[in-house]
Amino acid sequence: MIPSSFDYTAPSSLDEALKLLQDLGDDAKILAGGHSLIPMMKLRFAEPEHLIDLNNVPELSYLKIEGGMLKIGAMTREVETEESIDVANHFPIFADVAKLIADPQVRNFGTLGGNLAHGDAANDQPAVMLALNASVEIAGLNGRRTVGIDDFFYGFYATAVQEDEILTEISIPIPMGLSGNAYHKVERKVGDYATGGVAVHLEFDEQRICTKAGIGLTNVNPTPLRAVRSEAALVGTSLNEEDIASAAQYASEDCNPSSDLRGDVDYKRHIIKAITKKMINKAKQRAFNN
Amino acid sequence: MIRCKTSKEIGGMGHSMKRKEDDRFVHGTGNYTDDVKLPGTLYMDIVRSPYAYAKIKNIDSSEALKIPGVLAVITGKDLEQYNLHWMPTLMSDTQMVLPVDTVMYQAQEVAAIIATEKYIARDAREAVKVEYELMKPVVDPFKALDSDAPILRSDKEDKKDNHIWHWEVGQKEETERIFQNAEVTVKEQMHIPRIHVASIETCGCVASYDKVENHLTMYMTTQAPHAIRTVIALVAGHVGLTEEKVRVISPDIGGGFGGKVPVYPGYVIAIAASFLIGKPVKWIEDRSENLQADSFARDYHITAELAGTKDGKILATRMKVLADHGYTDASANPSKFPTGMFSIATGSYDYSNAFMEADAVYTNKPPGGVAYRCSFRVTEAVHAIERMTDRYAHEIGKDPAALRFQNFIKKDQFPYHSPTGWEYDSGDYEAGLKLAMKAVDYDNLRIEQAEKRKKGELMGIGLSTFTEVVGAGPSKDFDILGIKMFDSAEIRVHPTGKAIARFGTKSQGQGHETTYAQIIAEELGIPAKDIQIEEGDTDTAPYGLGTYASRSTPTAGAAAAVAARKLRDKAKKIAAHLLEVSEDDLEWEPGKFSVKGAPEKAKTIQEIVFASYTNHPQGMEAGFEATHYYDPPNLTFPSGAYICVVDIDSDTFEIKVRKFVAIDDAGHIINPMIAQGQVHGGLTQGIAPAMYEELIYDDDGNILNGTLMDYLVPTAVESPSWETGHTVTPSPHHPIGAKGIGESPTVGAPPAIANAIIDALKPYGITHLDIPITPYKIFKALKEKGVLDKHIQEL
Amino acid sequence: MKKEITLKINGEEFTEQVEPRTLLVHFIRENIGMTGTHIGCDTSSCGACTILIDGKSAKSCTLLAVQAACKEITTVEGIATTEGVHPIQEGFKENHGLHCGFCTPGMMLRAIELLEKNPDPTEEEIRWGISGNLCRCTGYNNIVKSIKYAGAKLRGDELPSTEPEFVE
Ligand SMILES: Cc1cc2nc3c(=O)[nH]c(=O)nc-3n(C[C@H](O)[C@H](O)[C@H](O)COP(=O)(O)OP(=O)(O)OC[C@H]3O[C@@H](n4cnc5c(N)ncnc54)[C@H](O)[C@@H]3O)c2cc1C
Ligand code: FES
Ligand code: FES
Repeated sequence: MIPSSFDYTAPSSLDEALKLLQDLGDDAKILAGGHSLIPMMKLRFAEPEHLIDLNNVPELSYLKIEGGMLKIGAMTREVETEESIDVANHFPIFADVAKLIADPQVRNFGTLGGNLAHGDAANDQPAVMLALNASVEIAGLNGRRTVGIDDFFYGFYATAVQEDEILTEISIPIPMGLSGNAYHKVERKVGDYATGGVAVHLEFDEQRICTKAGIGLTNVNPTPLRAVRSEAALVGTSLNEEDIASAAQYASEDCNPSSDLRGDVDYKRHIIKAITKKMINKAKQRAFNN
Repeated sequence: MIRCKTSKEIGGMGHSMKRKEDDRFVHGTGNYTDDVKLPGTLYMDIVRSPYAYAKIKNIDSSEALKIPGVLAVITGKDLEQYNLHWMPTLMSDTQMVLPVDTVMYQAQEVAAIIATEKYIARDAREAVKVEYELMKPVVDPFKALDSDAPILRSDKEDKKDNHIWHWEVGQKEETERIFQNAEVTVKEQMHIPRIHVASIETCGCVASYDKVENHLTMYMTTQAPHAIRTVIALVAGHVGLTEEKVRVISPDIGGGFGGKVPVYPGYVIAIAASFLIGKPVKWIEDRSENLQADSFARDYHITAELAGTKDGKILATRMKVLADHGYTDASANPSKFPTGMFSIATGSYDYSNAFMEADAVYTNKPPGGVAYRCSFRVTEAVHAIERMTDRYAHEIGKDPAALRFQNFIKKDQFPYHSPTGWEYDSGDYEAGLKLAMKAVDYDNLRIEQAEKRKKGELMGIGLSTFTEVVGAGPSKDFDILGIKMFDSAEIRVHPTGKAIARFGTKSQGQGHETTYAQIIAEELGIPAKDIQIEEGDTDTAPYGLGTYASRSTPTAGAAAAVAARKLRDKAKKIAAHLLEVSEDDLEWEPGKFSVKGAPEKAKTIQEIVFASYTNHPQGMEAGFEATHYYDPPNLTFPSGAYICVVDIDSDTFEIKVRKFVAIDDAGHIINPMIAQGQVHGGLTQGIAPAMYEELIYDDDGNILNGTLMDYLVPTAVESPSWETGHTVTPSPHHPIGAKGIGESPTVGAPPAIANAIIDALKPYGITHLDIPITPYKIFKALKEKGVLDKHIQEL
Repeated sequence: MKKEITLKINGEEFTEQVEPRTLLVHFIRENIGMTGTHIGCDTSSCGACTILIDGKSAKSCTLLAVQAACKEITTVEGIATTEGVHPIQEGFKENHGLHCGFCTPGMMLRAIELLEKNPDPTEEEIRWGISGNLCRCTGYNNIVKSIKYAGAKLRGDELPSTEPEFVE
């Protein structure tokens, strides 16, 4: 499998990249880790005429804590989020999810920005970002704007990032007080895209009452899905068995999976329910064990 | 358990000698087909049909031919001029090389592009425009037999339906009578799914035709180079490629497993292209092409029945098979056995009556099926009998292990005549199962299981105590296209006592360069490290039928031993001459002959060999060389006792193989390390179809999972940590008592795993699930039985 | 449309003209002529093409040759040292970590990075660590064993037994 011909430029700054994007218009595509894009090009599902490679733009690759936020440059590799101590301290969910994304070689190159910008509900990071209530910074020649994660995913392979824009940064609020988060997906084998996946982030007050709940679902909706009713079912409760059961039930009812080789609708609803329950329990446990 | 007669320095049988072939592989200097680089090589890519059944209305190559570097677009019409558009299959059926007017399965070759570069050929493939007129394909093999089904092989003049052949064996009436009167009968409809060998190296070749010499050198991924040479000569002899003008070289092979036995159209087109253009043509298929068009295996629909007494005595079995061969019967079975060795489906159990029958049909799917790491359909047979044995045990409420002990053929019953006419050579089935049960602590597992069941937890224990049949085979029964299935060895020892030995087989990872050397070392006492093994070049190796069906050790391994013994006889004569004693006064120990009672008077094998060149007895032929073509008197019958323990997540039904113990009996073991490696690999290829792999087609004949994204080859995470062991019951008729190990695990593992999963689900009334058994299938089965909620409540 | 790239492969510098679409694996195999790096799939699934790029394991079928400009690449041909084989090569040979050898170069290069990051991995960590590399022949048991052996060798610990273990 071999891509069709294209031209290639590797700018060394964001500005240069943005200029190129504007000049080349919709014939050009951004190349980040390339681990979604190049496979598609090899199959000739994607045939861009020009690739703009961001791999030589160092300013897009960082992990830092600033103003109560974890800030991650778009070109930060999955492996870096997996290995960062800062990340692990606040967000064990990153280790959960990274382990389940593809395999180590893919994670060495795949970027967090690319995982989101690809706009594929089968990718795992979108659900995690929904749970963590992230926001995304998008740059264009006219400046930068910030988009909440709930307004980011438009549809299949479509996001808030416009053709002449580049996703630059992901910001995640660092929770105060008791918090815990967890991710799991059911996959047919390691490295597979999710049959269904659930990301849960919970925050608690000192009485161990849930003050914030974020639940994102993978690959059970045309776009990454926030389980709104499930979240509401948890906030204000002490997360007893019934609260958790109803949150799980809502998640299974509110998702819209489609039937495919991984399973039919009923099965996917069933596993979403099962994982939602497991992940709420795991996030809760992490919150109280820390 | 495994004893060695030779010293470690000699490294004969029983030593876990490190593999001689490994150095080149760990240095990246192996030479696989895609590594072959010849000056002036052209590259071939193939346009394939997106449809399962369609008329070709037009092929427009004009745009493709405009691309600089594209030399030709070859179609069926082009080949037709040379009468090269059809070829025979190994089952004497016929197969299109390229279609002239109709495509019969999705991904079928439609046209071939020849270009100066790989990338250009790929671009040209996109540029060829083919117009099709769609027809409604026949996908379901049962529907293929309907009277109103379209007749797919209308190219065959007398063909009035889609039926290919019928085959039956056994005692039909008596079996019927037993079934009518039996206290207990059990029956299941099962599908052994269409799967794929998926060796990590795909298929390919470099065809290099020399116009001046009228000579073809064919580098290709084949497990059977000599047979291929003969087939090429049969197909292309009429254009001048007679057998002496063809050299087939099978370089390093990146896994074969039966998928590299058949002749695929790509090979033939590459030969045709090289023949027409006069330059080397390289064709290496993509993984997707490999999965979608080549080398599928299995795809048997089996109605399996077992009759027995209430207290567990098996009385008879009956099986009816529908074999889906796709568009043509391109199996690789011995010619006399259209369904291969299915007839050993009576298993390891002693009873007198069985009846097996099979019908094969054409459908609009890729042709096959290859004998994927099994002796021609033995896997399907073993799955059916081992599943039914457990099914029967569950039905009468007897422990499946106890039931097996009750029915085993006993050690002293060998040679055992099976109800279907085979003679099992040897076995000790009880010893194997006892060892396996001890290793898993069987009784305690059953106690644990009972506890877990009370809590609604899903844990299962599955057994498989199978008999395999390998080493095809005796010439009275076995041939492929008329060529008897012997195999060969040629040993040539150089004056300095080092040797080269050549074989008609071809390793694809089995380690022949080491194990054959060990067999010769065992017999001659020449250190295995001093013996170079060569295979795969038809110009140098003696004729043989190749490596598949675990036949290398039983046939070529035996040939090596017999050839070495011929040399030892000669050595004895020379030693007697050198030591000036009579042959009767000599004693052999590995590596030397000495005079009885005077051990200091001795000649080493190296001294003797040297003398054969420098000082051989007058009247004796000089040199030290022997060849043997070994025609086995019988097949060998390895056996195994496998136990699998699974835990199934009660919520998501994810299945975890907690423990898997495999006890194999392959007779004498040549190299325990290599034998164990074969078992490990085979077991992972057993878990694959049991839990992950199946080629899935929709109603229009489209493959739904034709890439490695969806065709789920297990990784190191799915594959459990295997535990293995051996019992040793030598084959009485094999020169070194060996039976062959390569396939047993692939054959024996799937029913052990399936039985374990069904055992876990038994409390919910589930008696059978077709492999691959996935969490999704378990969910569906529980739901269909109406017990999903019951199960959840029990938690 | 060709671009000029300069890169190092196994310490040796190459400057070549390539089409931007040239996959790194094809560049290594065809342009440079080092055929130890293999191709086993077309969907980035098998890992047979794994190399190290600036020390990081990568599927060279999913990278463009132009992306490797100015980088240092290590392939199987470059891991042996002048003193002899790399511990991972020794590990695979001593422990029967390969059958057909087709997956082996990729497997070894992946293992080199794995051991660099985690010098004494558990069996579980090794299995997850090589989950991007398919082997159809070995059943993985002995690959795990090979990597453990190489780990011990690299750490300078006592080497584990290479004899096969059987249920008795
Ligand atoms: C075998 C395999 C298995 C995989 N399994 C999983 C899995 O289980 N779960 C999972 O989540 N992912 C999986 N992936 C995908 C992998 O995580 C990708 O790396 C990721 O989806 C995309 O990241 P990338 O950096 O590689 O993006 P690229 O492939 O470079 O880009 C993807 C898309 O996003 C655009 N883009 C990228 N970055 C930006 C940016 N900063 N601004 C604007 N547009 C941008 C590109 O133009 C392109 O359209 C798998 C990939 C492979 C090869
Ligand atoms: S060739 Fe399969 S992952 Fe690269
Ligand atoms: S050794 Fe053959 S694929 Fe791994």
